[in-house]
Amino acid sequence: LPCWMLSSLSIEDQEDIQFPFAMRDLPPVSHSAGHPCSPKIPPRANPAGLNSQIPPLPMRSPVVSQVSVDCPLSPASRPRSPWGRFDPYDSPEDQDKEYVGFATLPNQVHRKTVKKGFTFTLMVAGESGLGKSTLINSLFLTDLYKDRKVPNAEERISQTVDIIRHTVSIEEKGIKLKLSIIDTPGFGDAINNTESWRHVEDYIDHQFEQYFRDESGLNRKNIQDNRVHCLLYFVSPFGHGLRPVDVGCMRALHEKVNIIPLLAKADSLTHSELHRKKMKIREEIKEFGINIYQFPECDSDEDEDLKTQERILQDSIPFAVIGSNIQVESKGRKFRGRSYPWGVVEVENPAHSDFLLLRNMLVRTHMQDLKDVTREMHYENYRAQCIQNMTLMMVQEKKRSLHERFQAGREAEFPLPLAAIDTEKERQIIEKDEELRRMQEVLDRIQEQMQHSQRGSC
Amino acid sequence: REEERGMSERGGIGGADLFGYVGIESVLDQMRRKTVKAGFEFNIMVVGQSGLGKSTLVNTLFKSKVSRKSCTPNYEEKISKTVRLHAVSHVIEEKGVKMKLTVIDTPGFGDQINNQNCWEPIVKYVNEQYEKYLREELNVNRKRRIPDSRVHCCIYFLPASGHSLRPIDVEFMKRLGKIVSIVPVIAKADTLTLEERQEFKERIRQDLEANGIHVYPQRELDEDPEDRILNDRIRDSIPFAVVGTDKEHQVNGHKVLGRKTKWGIIEVENVAHCEFANLRDLLIRSHLQDLKDVAHNVHYETYRVRRLNESNMNLSELVLSSWPLQNKMDKCETESHL
Repeated sequence: LPCWMLSSLSIEDQEDIQFPFAMRDLPPVSHSAGHPCSPKIPPRANPAGLNSQIPPLPMRSPVVSQVSVDCPLSPASRPRSPWGRFDPYDSPEDQDKEYVGFATLPNQVHRKTVKKGFTFTLMVAGESGLGKSTLINSLFLTDLYKDRKVPNAEERISQTVDIIRHTVSIEEKGIKLKLSIIDTPGFGDAINNTESWRHVEDYIDHQFEQYFRDESGLNRKNIQDNRVHCLLYFVSPFGHGLRPVDVGCMRALHEKVNIIPLLAKADSLTHSELHRKKMKIREEIKEFGINIYQFPECDSDEDEDLKTQERILQDSIPFAVIGSNIQVESKGRKFRGRSYPWGVVEVENPAHSDFLLLRNMLVRTHMQDLKDVTREMHYENYRAQCIQNMTLMMVQEKKRSLHERFQAGREAEFPLPLAAIDTEKERQIIEKDEELRRMQEVLDRIQEQMQHSQRGSC
Repeated sequence: REEERGMSERGGIGGADLFGYVGIESVLDQMRRKTVKAGFEFNIMVVGQSGLGKSTLVNTLFKSKVSRKSCTPNYEEKISKTVRLHAVSHVIEEKGVKMKLTVIDTPGFGDQINNQNCWEPIVKYVNEQYEKYLREELNVNRKRRIPDSRVHCCIYFLPASGHSLRPIDVEFMKRLGKIVSIVPVIAKADTLTLEERQEFKERIRQDLEANGIHVYPQRELDEDPEDRILNDRIRDSIPFAVVGTDKEHQVNGHKVLGRKTKWGIIEVENVAHCEFANLRDLLIRSHLQDLKDVAHNVHYETYRVRRLNESNMNLSELVLSSWPLQNKMDKCETESHL
């Protein structure tokens, strides 16, 4: 469960919290294949305990109510919402009852967020040659890597892991998404890979640190959120499950970012091999204690579709993906795919790979949840630890300066210490140390005398 | 082969002088019968990261379950912490010809986080086999057939990344290319389309050349123009893109070895699908003896020369040093003899 820190320092990104409202009321977004059901997002477990559809509103957002409490309007005279189609008061049974009218808030928020747009930061990691760039292009139907030059073996020998950030703005049906993709070329390529994930870890920490600084600063209007919301980790299909590099990296990063493991180049596996490999990887993830991103639990009153959807997602980890930059033609249709002498693989065919599942999950249903978990869990963990470290350093500094003063013998100048008990104990410890030293000297002298007398007697 | 050439020369020059049929060519038959009785030995080493299909490929190559993996039913691959070498021998027979096949597996290669010097145990093993053979050769009482445990061929598995060689590949092949015949193959090649395959191979060949790595068949060892043409063709398609399997499926009424996926069946022995057949022909049907010859005449000789120079002794001294390996009483006698 996320740790809700309701301290006054925490900023709740207003627009972000209200995203689930917006997305839920949107008409189904379909570009290539038609989807019969509109994807819904299950709301997170409600900490306030309210068993309502609407999560608690943040305290600071202005509640624009068009109705004054003294004279309740009759249903007929209620102002119509500008979003006629989505007016929640439209159903016939509601016509007779009296309402305040704030159920139209989602629609208002929707308008605001549409104007502002969303941001999302995605990171990809994995050995080179596993199809990361191709998959990114396929996922977002872009071509980020047009003029790419893959380094040959000589150039790669001395390469360290780079962190490259690509930003792309995608717009669809009037909604803007500013997508940042962080690539990690060189990861896992060297002969000695113990430092591979260090750069990645440092980068993630750096983003957290920057946000922390901005948050604690004076001007908080335009904070740029560069925190990494999700890490797609590519596991090679050629191995027998997870490799030591995979385990090492995921364990170093699982408390800092949402990890979604993917099985790359899934078209090299037959159906049974795929199943076996997924099972193996899942077992190993449990065995090594890696905390990958958990899909949120469905409340018991959610409809069955949603629950089955979540279950399917949960059972498909790691997602077996295939990517392609080219369109192929087969049986009269054109689609993104790979053409082999023995058949044609379709990227968006659910029977061939879990690509669609991944894309839906990432973009349509769980984007907000990923951001929420990053914000509530990973960032808060980082922040708490940061603050703890800072106070610890401060306490140590104070203790050290107190200790120095004690040593100099100026007891009279003791200011009121932060932790009085500790200095008392420290003084005792120092006295005992002195005693021990004196005793040691005495022992040494006795030993010398004994040796001297022994030599004398010989 | 030498006999053959000698025969044709003699036949060409003195053919007109022979009256009637002497029957020289029956020597070939005699040779053949003897070698068939004695059998062949072939030692092949497979190197590559775990999961690249090494054991499966060896099984497919020799059409029998020669690899450890298939012998244990619920074999669970565990990545070992160090590189260890396992040599397993089987005797397989075909049409009366027996072959003692030894497969040397190298689990743990390239699997760790830090793979520095993971090739050293392999280099050590190869040199040890040469050393063993050298000692046997230098013995006073040599066995009639020195047991040959030298590595004749090393198949190096490259993962089908589609980009180029990785640093670990370069390091390994540089070092081992000098002491053993390396045949690089692209493992699990059913993940690459044909264009990707061509580009990948091209880049690998460039990388190999740039790093001065000579893989089998080496250009310098081509003996005559015929060989050169044949080997050039092989060199143009190195590394072979292979797919291995031990399962059979029905395709167009025949049973074929293949991998069945939702979008088609990959036939292992179909040259339009993958180059397994080419690899098999190279290794077994046409160049098996050549591999052994190269191992004996080139790599072993290089080792021997280096060893003799290194120890700064001449031949007799080395021989003397190897004598104590047999019985100790002979030593005194032979010393006085010298």
